[in-house]
Order: sequence, then C-alpha cells, then structure tokens
Amino acid sequence: MILTQYQQDMLDGRYGKGKALAIRIQKAIGEGFRAQRMVPITRAHVALSAQEADTWFARKMRDAGATCAVSPTVNPGYCLKLFQQLGYVDDESSALMRETHQVYQALGANLTYSCTPYLFGNIPRYGEIVSFSESSATVYVNSVLGARTNRESSASALCAAITGFVPEYGMLLEENRFGTVLVQVDAQLKSEFDFALLGLNIKRIGRGVPVFTGIHPSAVTTEGLIALGAQMNVAGMVDLFHILGVTPDAPDLDRAFGGKQPERVITITQAHLDEHRAALMPHRLDHVDFVMLGCPHYTYEQICRADKYLEQNSAAVPVWILTSAATAALAQVNGISDSLEAHGARIVPDTCVDEAACWGHLAGKQGVTDSPKCAYYMRAFGVNLAVCDSETCLTWAAKGRGEF
Amino acid sequence: MLEFSCHTISPGQTEGEALLSQDPILFYQTDFTTGIFREPGHALEGKCIAGKILIFPGGKGSSVVQADGMYKLDAAGLAPKGFIVSSLDTVLVSSAIIMEVPMVDDVDPAFYQEVKNGDRLRLDATAEKIYILR
Repeated sequence: MILTQYQQDMLDGRYGKGKALAIRIQKAIGEGFRAQRMVPITRAHVALSAQEADTWFARKMRDAGATCAVSPTVNPGYCLKLFQQLGYVDDESSALMRETHQVYQALGANLTYSCTPYLFGNIPRYGEIVSFSESSATVYVNSVLGARTNRESSASALCAAITGFVPEYGMLLEENRFGTVLVQVDAQLKSEFDFALLGLNIKRIGRGVPVFTGIHPSAVTTEGLIALGAQMNVAGMVDLFHILGVTPDAPDLDRAFGGKQPERVITITQAHLDEHRAALMPHRLDHVDFVMLGCPHYTYEQICRADKYLEQNSAAVPVWILTSAATAALAQVNGISDSLEAHGARIVPDTCVDEAACWGHLAGKQGVTDSPKCAYYMRAFGVNLAVCDSETCLTWAAKGRGEF
Repeated sequence: MLEFSCHTISPGQTEGEALLSQDPILFYQTDFTTGIFREPGHALEGKCIAGKILIFPGGKGSSVVQADGMYKLDAAGLAPKGFIVSSLDTVLVSSAIIMEVPMVDDVDPAFYQEVKNGDRLRLDATAEKIYILR
C-alpha cells in the first residue's frame, strides 16, 4: 500500500504515538485486503459498547495520546442516570460505563449513544466515503443512503476517526457494489417485522450483495429497511443490499447488477417467512414479565405508534422503549413521553439491549420483543425473549399473559 | 514436513494443533471458562478451540460481540493460537491484528487436501508459510 507523505509521517510518529498506532493497524488491515492506498473520510461512527474489549482498545488509544481527526458518533452503552435512579446499577457495577464515557470524551467523540446515527447526528450523503461500524448502521448507510463504508469493527472505525483515513478496498470500490444474488420475494411484507423475517432468511441467500425484487415501493418504510439490514447481520453478514426501484443504486436490474448476470437466483416465499415467525414464538407462554422494544433504536414514528396503541390498552407489565436521546427529547417536547408513562411504558435513551450491567435484573424472566437481534443478545445473559411483531408485543403487555 | 504458501493478514509465528470448521465462526459463542464452542448445530459445537490453529471460512455476526468474544478468550488464557481463513471481513481482520493473533488467507489449495483435525501445524504468518509437521 502506498502512503502519502502525511500518512507516512503519521506512521513514523510525527503526530504522536496514538496516531502512529492507529495508522499501523489500518496499514495492516489495508494490506490484508490488498488496498492500494488510503483515502480521506468525512464521517465515522464507532460501535462503543461499554464492554471490556472495546473500552480496553479505546483506553489504549487515549493513553497513547490519540485524538480524533474526524469526531465520530458512538453506539449506546446505557443511561447511567436513569438506571441509577431505578436502582438497577450501583457505583461498582457502573464503573466501566463511567470510564467508557470519560475515555471517548478524551478521544474527542461526539457522544450520541445511538445505533441509528443516520437518523440523527451523523447523516452521510450519497457517495460520501465514511467509516461506520455497528453492522446495522453500516448496511443502512451503504444500501439506503448510498454512502460508502466497509463493515468496520468498533476498533477499525475508531482508528479511521483518529487518522481521518481508511484503506481503500471492498465497499469503497464501485466494482464491488453491484448486486451478485437475485432474491425474488414472493411473500407479503406488511410491517417492519416482516422485513425482519425476510432478513433472517440470509442463510438461504448466502454471501454476496443481494438485490431484492418483488417488493413494492409502497411497502417499504424506513423502519422496514432498518429491520431488514439489522436482522441480516444477526443471522449472517451483509455489507450492502439493493431493493429494485427503492434503493438508490437499483433503479433497474441492469444498473443493480452492473450489466452482469446474477451469480445465483433465490426465491423467498411466504412459507420461508412463516417458518421463522413460528420458530421465534413458543406455542404457549403462560405469562409475560416485560416488553423490550427498540433494537435497533426506535424511530419517532415507531414510538408514536406504540403510544397510540397503549392509549387504548394500558400495559400491565413494564414496556421499555429504547431510542436516541434526540428522539427521546422530541417525544418529551410533544408530550409522548408523559403519555407513554401514564400507560405503563418508559422511553430509555442512550441504552443498548446488550448491556448486562443494567438489564441483569431481567435474567430468568420472560419477555417479548419485536427484534430477533434483541432476543439473541439478551439470551447471552439469561433473559428469555419470545419474538413477534410490535403490535402483538403490546397486546401481550396489556394482558401480562399469553393467550394467543 | 509439508510446506504451503499463504498471504499475511496479521503477522506472527505460532505452532499448534489444527482444528477445522466448515462453518463461519463468532467467537462470542464460546464458553469463556472452558474454551468449548457452544453454538448449537455448528461444526465446532462441543469442541475446545483454546490453543488451536483454526482453519475456517471466516467470521460472522455483529461487530461488537466478535471482538468481545476474542478479548474474553484471551483474558481467560483460552485464545486460539492462529487463524487460517478463506474469506476476509474487517471485523475479524482488525480484531486479529489488535489482539496479535497470527492470521493468513489465500492458502495454497493443496493445503486443504492434506490438512486433518489434530495435525501439528507451524504457522509463520510473517513469512507467508504454513507447515504440516508430519
């Protein structure tokens, strides 16, 4: 890989140990992927997790004196203030979250604490070269916004934020952004949950860049696109997808496939979706202890929809709705937060479902969620979650027991 | 001793026992007290990955948990010794470089014909060589 004089000087330590370490890691990544050069980025998003590996690496960078050339937005950890108030975390158990906050602040990050930065705070334009970690965010900005990023890890995105460059390979190159697998969707997509179920079929689709056909543009919502990308990256690994007539690089098949034939043609049927739907939901649940919504973080529209539903059917068990601080503030201004609280639901800003420190009290309990990704994460610390569409989740919430 | 060419991803030398998986790996799916892989239905289910040189297609899963899984294995002294992969993703590559696990790709196809579970391997990721020691 050929470096510019400035990049070489960084590597040689002229801009400090921190930048030297970051670019040394990036050079190794670039050479692994046979990149020819490094190119500037204008945005970054770091999948901060307030978990040991991530804070260890960020601390190592801070201790080496690194600061960010491009201030990155960051993923959620958990909202210390709220969970201390609720008595779910004490000083000892929250030490890592507090340290994570301090370390990222010292590095010069923009502490947005949300996994949907492309909705608020960090919105790339079409064609912009960026470095986004958080698999659900990577796939969204590539596919829906048409920006260019590889499927970065938290660490590689932090390195990019520190140096202001990324090695040029993979999704940054035009020739790798064309579709390779034609996916004919022969199923009803009525809600974002159906898009999540479609995403879970990624094993049938396999590796590559899927181009979905058979999805009517009127069925596609921002929330559906978020769910599709997020769930494909739980069951598999997808950097980029296209939907014919919907996403920017797929106005027609010729353009989507770059004039080539697809490597594979796959059909996803209603039965394929229903198979996952059935597997996610046990035949019988005697009771539900809580409802968890907002993985990925809920949009303002999803929150309003939950509010409307709960106004008619108050929750009998706690309903947690995770979102960005920006969306939470909007809900507060518009009176939605108060209305939700009056009906048994609580908006939680800055928080991820994958935080045993604040959700540990749910271990052994039975919940429902509309996100397979949420169920997958929380199972790791002993929380049982059945998965169904958001409206059914809220119906369970109202009854507190399962009769469906 | 058999010698094969490969391409450096993360430099370093190591020696250890070969463990093959035809399925992609998410290291978070390991029991961090024993090093035993626990993903149901996975080719490595029930097998111990600690100290092994893993031969597998590549990584999978969400970025945060892959790095955290490798870190937890390393902290417990149960990390695999090396990675031999056929396809690359940024998450696994950056994690291997940062955790200093030797890693290669683009291996001589003859290697895959020869190698068996339990073979003693020497992986010289820096010199781009893999040796089967028998």
